[in-house]
Amino acid sequence: MGAKHFGARVKRLEDPALLAGRGRFVDDVKLPGVLHACFVRTPHAHAMVRGIDGGAAMVMPGVHAVLTADDLPDPMRRTPIPMLTPNPAIAVARTQTVLARDEVNYVGQPVAVVIADSRYIAEDAAAALIVNYDELDAVADCRIGVQDGAPRAHSDLQSNVIARFPLAYGDVDAAFAGAAHVFEDMLWQHRGGGMALETRAVLASHDPASDALTVWSGTQTPHLGRGMLADLLDRNVETIRMIAPDVGGGFGPKAIFYPEEAVIPAAALKIGRPVKWIEDRREHFLCATQERDQYWSMAIAVDADGKILGLRGKMLHDSGAFVPWGIIMPYIAAVTVPGPYVVPAYRLETVVVLTNKVPTTPVRGAGRPQAVFAMERLLDRVARELSLDRAEVRRRNFIQPEQMPYAVGLLFRDGKPLIYDSGDYPKGQQAALTLANYESFRERQRAALDQGRLIGIGIGNYVEGTGLGPFEGVTVRVLQNGKVAVATGATNQGQGIRTTLSQIVAEQVGCRIDDIVMTVGDTGAIAQGVGAFASRQAVNAGCSAQIAGQTVRSQLIALAARALGVNEGDVDLEDGQAVATTGNKPTIPFDELARLAQGIPGVSLPAGQTAGLEHTAYYTPSQAAYCSGTHVAEVEVDHMTGGVKVLNYTVAHDSGRVINPLIVDGQVQGGVAHGIGNALLEWMQYDANAQPLTTTFADYLLPMATDVPTCAIAHVETVNPLNPLGVKGAGEGGTIPAPAAIISAIEDALSPFNVHFAETPLTPERIVAALRAAGAYERLFAA
Amino acid sequence: MGKQATRITVNGKPHARVVEARLTLADFLRHELGLTGTHLGCEHGVCGACTVLVDGRSARSCLIFAMQANGCEVITVEGLTPDRGLSVLQQAFMDNHGLQCGFCTPGMLITLTELLRDNADPTEQEVREALTGNLCRCTGYAGIVKAALDAAQRLRNGSGA
Repeated sequence: MGAKHFGARVKRLEDPALLAGRGRFVDDVKLPGVLHACFVRTPHAHAMVRGIDGGAAMVMPGVHAVLTADDLPDPMRRTPIPMLTPNPAIAVARTQTVLARDEVNYVGQPVAVVIADSRYIAEDAAAALIVNYDELDAVADCRIGVQDGAPRAHSDLQSNVIARFPLAYGDVDAAFAGAAHVFEDMLWQHRGGGMALETRAVLASHDPASDALTVWSGTQTPHLGRGMLADLLDRNVETIRMIAPDVGGGFGPKAIFYPEEAVIPAAALKIGRPVKWIEDRREHFLCATQERDQYWSMAIAVDADGKILGLRGKMLHDSGAFVPWGIIMPYIAAVTVPGPYVVPAYRLETVVVLTNKVPTTPVRGAGRPQAVFAMERLLDRVARELSLDRAEVRRRNFIQPEQMPYAVGLLFRDGKPLIYDSGDYPKGQQAALTLANYESFRERQRAALDQGRLIGIGIGNYVEGTGLGPFEGVTVRVLQNGKVAVATGATNQGQGIRTTLSQIVAEQVGCRIDDIVMTVGDTGAIAQGVGAFASRQAVNAGCSAQIAGQTVRSQLIALAARALGVNEGDVDLEDGQAVATTGNKPTIPFDELARLAQGIPGVSLPAGQTAGLEHTAYYTPSQAAYCSGTHVAEVEVDHMTGGVKVLNYTVAHDSGRVINPLIVDGQVQGGVAHGIGNALLEWMQYDANAQPLTTTFADYLLPMATDVPTCAIAHVETVNPLNPLGVKGAGEGGTIPAPAAIISAIEDALSPFNVHFAETPLTPERIVAALRAAGAYERLFAA
Repeated sequence: MGKQATRITVNGKPHARVVEARLTLADFLRHELGLTGTHLGCEHGVCGACTVLVDGRSARSCLIFAMQANGCEVITVEGLTPDRGLSVLQQAFMDNHGLQCGFCTPGMLITLTELLRDNADPTEQEVREALTGNLCRCTGYAGIVKAALDAAQRLRNGSGA
């Protein structure tokens, strides 16, 4: 038997090319005759477009076209981008047209595009284009937007409230009426970005001879994008090939379809030459979707022992100017609140509000960090008020492993009842606490205090619905040179999906992992696909790879048995050949089997043999796969400057069976870094007119190498009983509870001053302001 | 637009071009020479993806005009790569999961090449401080730091990959 791949720390197949500078990102694709695009974007958050004068731009040397909405083909000229995630709660499914016609609703919304010989010339021409606007009042804050008489984000809508949905189970009023204690808190999480290091990118080329339109896009979802583009161009979907080549990070914002992905192909069709657009970082800050602004007003009812009786509250979600991904995020947030705890009664009223800011769509975590922040902050409050240890309060409320599968009492975003498939939350928390030396922390804290250092510890728990459907596909095919082709609609923005799927297929088919020829993110390689979001690819594509691999394995064995004249039960597959385990153990390599499987032209195949050695599987999960975990953060706070240093960070997580610990640990560590950014640094700020204020990496701070410690990670594997691999997703869990754990740790470090925090990011000035308000400095200087 | 004759030696190979005054070194490398290993992540000098060595010092190729590098020796990620296989540092990145999407990686490799040249035995803190000019959104830096320390040790031991 060949090397054992599943579960092994297999080094990534993606790495050699990327390390050598031979990656192939969209901007690395060179096409002869390519032209370059620059978009003209509104500088106003809300305005009517009164006229566009492209005359001066059009006559500049090197300029090939200036296109406005009227120059685009039907139906994209007028028809908004399709919305793929309907929900009856959405009052108006408002999405944008690819180039604004009359009204613009957020700064950066595209109104025209210039196509020129070089990007440099295109930018010159874009600056020479004149757009006349009549400014309108803008909604910058959803808390204002929800009020009667507030300005309207869209002039034709009567209200900025685009959706309102209650979720409830149990007798909440009775729970609160009979509670020993009720505590209330207001909580807020900021708006930030995905901030992949590679900005968005689109290249389109049309071949008139075949009428084939090829689009390279730095997207997480090429199959979805191809469908959208086909609709917007009124074109047969089979004439469009969308390729997501190497993509430099995704994190959610690259999952949706953007105007540029329609306009650039339209321009290439119109001009008859390839056209490329590479987003610059400022455009990314303005126009790539963002996430997190939610305002929670929550109450928790507990008994005298700190056991939860009920939760109730309201949540306000800032959707930005449109709803391209529906109300997925606020919905996920609303159903994630109960988490790993027994919550007998729950009621949340969610209100989704339009503002004149770039739309919000999922960014790593997708609503869950906000929900976990609300729940965990409330439990910290319970612990404080009841003088209980924070770990103990959680312990008293955990769903127990013997209660699995556990029905929460809500519907999840996958349309199925929210039923946790598996998990051992007490064990997970204990694993994290042990690894973090939680029990001895108070001693460490006292010792630090003796040296004048304030350190603190915090805990965050979560349950995350991952692995969402509807499906992902994998084709496995043995080639006539003996290599094994694998194609999938899953996409790679750094998750190592090529390696992960290769591990699964190599083990099933019995080939060398280096002999797999993988195509990811190419609509030309597999008929149907969905893409990367919701930590879904290891579950969906992984299971498809397993099923397709098993089928091809059966085909190989049947054919080899016939060729070698042995029973099927006496054939093994290893290292690219079939080996009989009986007689003188004859072998036949895959290349010969592949040729046999092609048959002889004109000759009927033997009974039972199918054409070729090939199978495509589309695994369709019956419901989400619920991963879980516990984070423990240890921080030091400088009470004079408000500076926070994350000293130690511990994660125990359960993503079911681990296919590749190297990759899963990398996902966890990277997710934590994102969570540290959310907790302490990243804040997309707007002024009262909804003008973005933080549009460079000097203003919007990403975590640096000195901000992120190397995490201690424990894997707590409970096998998912619902899918053939037993796996759950792992891409977002690193981010989800991090803000909750870190803010809790900061509060703990500052416990001598009794200050409390309910928002992120917790910047130094906010910490100093809270300490000042609490009289900390008077006490310190008096002492 | 003003143009200027510019001679730059890149990865040991001399190039003479007439370039627009405003052409950045990054665009010159990527689009004039086809060396697309150098990446642009922000074009305002913070993310460090475009870092190259100019006369042996790390520099942001997005903030330098090509003509400013006239007469200079430039090393890009392609120049760090042996004809066959990977360099010690590159191999250490692979062994320690120092990359995910790979977009920031060329800049990381250049920065660490300079560090390990100047400091054969850096501490973890020194590695982290050297990397503050390079942003990575995927890895959380752990694998990169580990790779740098691992490569330093391998280089001190005089071993290849």
